Parts: sequence; C-alpha cells; structure tokens
Amino acid sequence: MPDFNLEGTISLVSGATGGIGRATCLALQEAGSTVIATDLADTADVPGATAYHRLDVTDEAAWTTMVDHIEATYGRLDILINNAGISVTNSIADTTLAEFRRCMAINVEGVFLGTRAAQDLLARCGKDRKGGSSVVNLSSVGGLRGAALMAIYCTSKGAVKLFSKSAGVEYAMLGLPIRVNSIHPGGIDTDMMDTIYARYVAEGIFPDEATARATVSAGHAMGRMGTPEEVAAGIVYLCTPAASFMTGSELVVDGGMTAK
Amino acid sequence: MRRLEGRVALVSGGLRGIGRAISTCLAEDGACTLITDLDPVDSAEVGEALRTIDNAAYIRLDATQEDDWIAAREEIARDYGHLDILVNNVGSGLTGKVQDLLLDDWRRLMTINVDTVFLGTKIMQPLLATGGARASGGSAIINISSIMGLVGMGETSAYNASKGAVRLFTKATALEFADAGVPIRVNSVHPGFVDTPLTQKGMEEWAAREGGTAADLVRAVIDATPFKRLAQPREIGKVVAFLASDDASYMTGSEVVVDGGWTAR
Repeated sequence: MPDFNLEGTISLVSGATGGIGRATCLALQEAGSTVIATDLADTADVPGATAYHRLDVTDEAAWTTMVDHIEATYGRLDILINNAGISVTNSIADTTLAEFRRCMAINVEGVFLGTRAAQDLLARCGKDRKGGSSVVNLSSVGGLRGAALMAIYCTSKGAVKLFSKSAGVEYAMLGLPIRVNSIHPGGIDTDMMDTIYARYVAEGIFPDEATARATVSAGHAMGRMGTPEEVAAGIVYLCTPAASFMTGSELVVDGGMTAK
Repeated sequence: MRRLEGRVALVSGGLRGIGRAISTCLAEDGACTLITDLDPVDSAEVGEALRTIDNAAYIRLDATQEDDWIAAREEIARDYGHLDILVNNVGSGLTGKVQDLLLDDWRRLMTINVDTVFLGTKIMQPLLATGGARASGGSAIINISSIMGLVGMGETSAYNASKGAVRLFTKATALEFADAGVPIRVNSVHPGFVDTPLTQKGMEEWAAREGGTAADLVRAVIDATPFKRLAQPREIGKVVAFLASDDASYMTGSEVVVDGGWTAR
C-alpha cells in the first residue's frame, strides 16, 4: 500500500508530550516516517520519535533554529504537525486579556509561526514526493461549533480552521507542493479533557468530574470519547499520498458530535 | 496484514470512473470487492474489470431497484454471511437553467443520486450490522456526495440538490445507527472535479447547450481549482479506503472534502 506509506519522510510534531501528540508521533513512525518530537519540556521520552527537542511554539526565533537544525541534521522536512495547544475553560466575563492573548499566542500564532518557518523546506522537499509535503493543523470541534465557557478556545480553533484553508489555497496558487489541512477532534481522552472537566466542576456546571465526563461522552453520537490513536490515524492519513487531492479540507473525527 | 484483509465490500456503479477506482483501491487494500453496475455479467467490461482487479466479483445491480438490492443481499448473505463496506457511489449528472429543467429529468436524477443511497443503506443494513460486530471500527458506509453538495453553482441546481440530500442523509443515518448502538459508521466524501467519463459527458452536454467546447469548459474548471488540475479517480478511491478502515473508527457523520482546495476559498 504505497499510498498509505510515509517511508523516507521526516516529520516534526509540536506539543508531542500531550495525549494526541504522543499518539501522533507513534502513528507517524509506524507509517514509516522519522519523527522529531517537540514540546516545552527540556527533555522527554516520546515513543516513536527519533529525537526530542524543546520548542516553544510562540517563540519565532526558536522555530527558525528548529527548522535549520532539521535541515542540517536530516536534510529534509516533509510533514509538519502543528499540534501544540491549550484549552481555556472560563466565562467571557472572567477571562482577562492576558489569558485571551496567551491562548491565541499558543493556539494560533504557534500555527502561523510553524507554518511560515517550515514553508521553504517543506516546499523544496515536496517536489519529489507524490502528494507533496503536508501541514496538519490541530483545530477541534470547537473550531466548528461554539460551546459555553469555551469562547476563547473556540475563537482560537476557528482561527486555525481558516488559517489552514487560506494556507492551502495560497500554496496551491503559488505552485508550492505543500498541502494544508485541519483536523477537528471531538472530546478525546487526554489530560486536556481532564483539565476541562475539572474546570467545569470548578465553575459549577457539573457536580463532579465523572458527571462531566459522562455528559460529554453522551454528546457524541457514538456515546464515548475518542482515543488519541483515533485522531493520530486521521493525521497520518492526511499526510500520506492517499490524500494527494486534499488541501484546505477539514477532517472531523468526533464520533458524530457535529453531525447533529 | 493489509488494512482491509478479510472485509467484504460492495461498490455501486463500480465499473467506471470513480467507482472503478474505489473498487480497485478497496481490493488493493485486501477487501473482497463486489463490483456492481448495470452491465450484463458476461459483458466485455465486466470481464476486463475482473481480470484487472484481484479479489473482485461482479453482481449485476440496478441500484434504483429495491428488488435488485434484495437479491444482492441474499446472494451476499449466502456467499459471505456479512458485509463490511458499502460504497454508495452510483450517480449521474444534470445541468441546465432551473426554468428549463424538466420534472422527469429532475426525478430521474433524484432517483439515481438519492434513492440509490437510501435503498443501499436500508437493504444492506442487516448485513453491515453483522459485519460491523466483527471489526473494532465497525462496518462502514461511504456515500459519494460532491463539493456540489456543499456549495452551489449556476445551472447545476438539480445536481446540487441531490448531492446536498446525500450529505444530510449521511449525517442522519450516522446518528441513527450510533444512537441505536448499531456498529455501522456512515460518512460522505465530497470530490471536486474528477477526470472521469461522467465529467467529460457533463461538459459536452453543457457545451452543446451553451456553446463553446467541452475542452474549454474543462480548462475553465482547472483554472478555478487551486491545485490547477482535475482529481484522478484513485485520489477519491484512497479516501474511501481510509474511511472504510479501522483507522477511521471515531469518524461517523463526517464529510471528507477532496477538492484540491475548491471549497477552501
């Protein structure tokens, strides 16, 4: 199945120590890619990754250094997964401007900076590969629908969705062999969702975290949360030659939540 | 192991164009692929397809006829006992100004593009439920809609309406099965303009009606596509193969757009 194979490619994953990030590194490696994992920690053990580097996605200079290092060490970059992100669960009234800006810096500026920093190398490496190079940006069902107490998060994920579409169209217009797509997970069983449940309880929306989890799970048509592996499989798919006519698309992996 | 090894798939309109590529891609990934179409079993086209595609069989099926679907279901139940993948691919085109469209032509298009999806889903559901209980990601229905099920285009109203119907039928059945605990995922695929005989025929009809040439119309479509080319049928087939696999186990009611950036603008 060469169309689903990533043999010979180099991938960079941001936010690689989180639930979806970890699963993505492993899934990319299993598909044949050499994976460079990055996150805020100085060191980390990420299964599937060939190397780990500290990368703050809001740091413009750090992105340049990172991409230069990858080019010098591996000679190429084929896949960029802009996965790093945070959630904010708070009322609009109680959200400070600083909190808003921090969320936008990580979730939106991080995607912009990563895409821009990697563009030249991705473009050069995409020429000799069917389907070209690939950027996958982590949006969310929160980038498609609003949710109470999630206004800032949803704002940031909506921005990621449209940045992805514009980048896909722009690179196509410029003739650059880089496809850009967004992926939209529903509630995935990760530390981020546990944080959100805790915040729901703190805000008095649910009596306890178990109730929050049960209610959110029931909000998916499949009646359960997704696993990180189920999102990672979608990300890998978008990077493979099998998705060669996909750019500016949204891959929704939400157990039927937004079909309602 | 190939990702669809041991699965049984049925593709409506599976002999030509996108359907042919879907059949090929599913078979390449290991699925025993039942190609269905209008052609007689002993026709040259069927013989050629079965020679080219490993692990395929052919069932003559007029997807607009409920009796044909029931007969196919009985044949599959007897020979395989279950079904894992149903691709409701069969479809036709129709263009023209609203005021010039004939009700008969409208109804015929709805029959081919929408009734067939309903009938395939309704009749095959029991076999798909049986198949879905055997795989971690359940069984899969993939309905071929179009970017024309997402955005409108002048003189394409009937086709737009039919593909929009497929999009929402997909979501409704996805929810219905999930709510009832039936292990069938249902998703739609939305191709842009694909290099197929149907696209060519549509352009020729448009040119005959409005003037110009089919080649000019194809060129205009290519110019309007960010990727500056048509899709190849295999690029749709591979998307279907992904949605059919356990890799898509958390996807139901989703729409996968494969349009070279057309609707991203």
